[in-house]
Amino acid sequence: MPRGKKKLPEVSSGSMADIAFLLLIFFLVTTTIANDKGILLRLPPPPDPLQEQLDIKIPDRNIFTILANSKDQLLVEGEPFEGSMDDLKNDVKKFILNFGKPTPDGIEIYNSLPPQMKAFVNANGRNPESSDDPTSLKSIVSFKSARGTSYDLYVGILDAMNAAYNEVYASRVGITTEEWLSLDRSNSMQKEMYNRGRSGIPRAISIAEPD
Amino acid sequence: MPKFKKNSKTSEDIPTAALPDIIFMLLFFFMVTTVMRETDIMVKQKIPRATQLTKIERKSLVSYIYVGEPKNVSLYGSEPKIQINDVFITEEDIIGFVNTEKDKLDEVERDQITMSMKVDVDVKMGIISDVQQELRKANALKILYSTIKRVAEK
Repeated sequence: MPRGKKKLPEVSSGSMADIAFLLLIFFLVTTTIANDKGILLRLPPPPDPLQEQLDIKIPDRNIFTILANSKDQLLVEGEPFEGSMDDLKNDVKKFILNFGKPTPDGIEIYNSLPPQMKAFVNANGRNPESSDDPTSLKSIVSFKSARGTSYDLYVGILDAMNAAYNEVYASRVGITTEEWLSLDRSNSMQKEMYNRGRSGIPRAISIAEPD
Repeated sequence: MPKFKKNSKTSEDIPTAALPDIIFMLLFFFMVTTVMRETDIMVKQKIPRATQLTKIERKSLVSYIYVGEPKNVSLYGSEPKIQINDVFITEEDIIGFVNTEKDKLDEVERDQITMSMKVDVDVKMGIISDVQQELRKANALKILYSTIKRVAEK
């Protein structure tokens, strides 16, 4: 008997496509794209009643004030601001890199800047009415909103302030802002770059409570 | 009167080729409808857009706070509300919530807790500020304003 010659029953493969489709649809439906990105902010610790309030006097020229009212109108450095968030970012950047009256630390930072940024400072900065240098307490970006300010504007301004700092950090180490944001701090080489970009220039963003 | 002649050529058995597909579809239907999400968001969530995004490194340290106008306006009104897990809460309950969330973490990581604020764009700053004051009291100082990446227009 020719057993080997016996024809095997065929498995119909016509529905294979459908099964694949269903699988696809299943995964499409169940997969939720995780959105775990955002703007990180560190709140100040709650006021300690036992500790005396330190009253540090910071000259006006070292503070870049942004005020927002309930109608979402902006007051930047005492003047109404109509421009885009991009303009605001550039203003903040100019403020940080002003080097109006640098301290020895500030001079050291200036000397460590790449030539492109030195040119930026000399072209836009050196204003004695603006911040002394980017070191601690010498340039502070302050933002105060009202209770009626929209969250959208709040996030937009927070974004612009962070963008200004990130741009400064990124161009210090010679990369783009995008590359700066994607630096992986668990990688030692990238962490070193991160620290180098940030050294000496603290992200001095002060957010006042709305009233 | 004409007599209807029975057509004997048509086969009478039902095709069963599609049966496995139907079974599959049913299976998938039940798989899909099984609830896997832990929270049902009851507030409007139109997340704002921004450019300078940071990624959360440790997802286990994140707790979510949803703020927005309730979806069911006739039941809850149109004032923005704070939602945590599956319930609406008031500002005063936030400290308690933070503490229960902190209890879930290891002792060494409790200060690292990150509160992810998922806030609707139409919300005003007043309620956000109240939430933040409570978070400060509860010593949960790391905040992440959840945003979506904005593609630069140019």
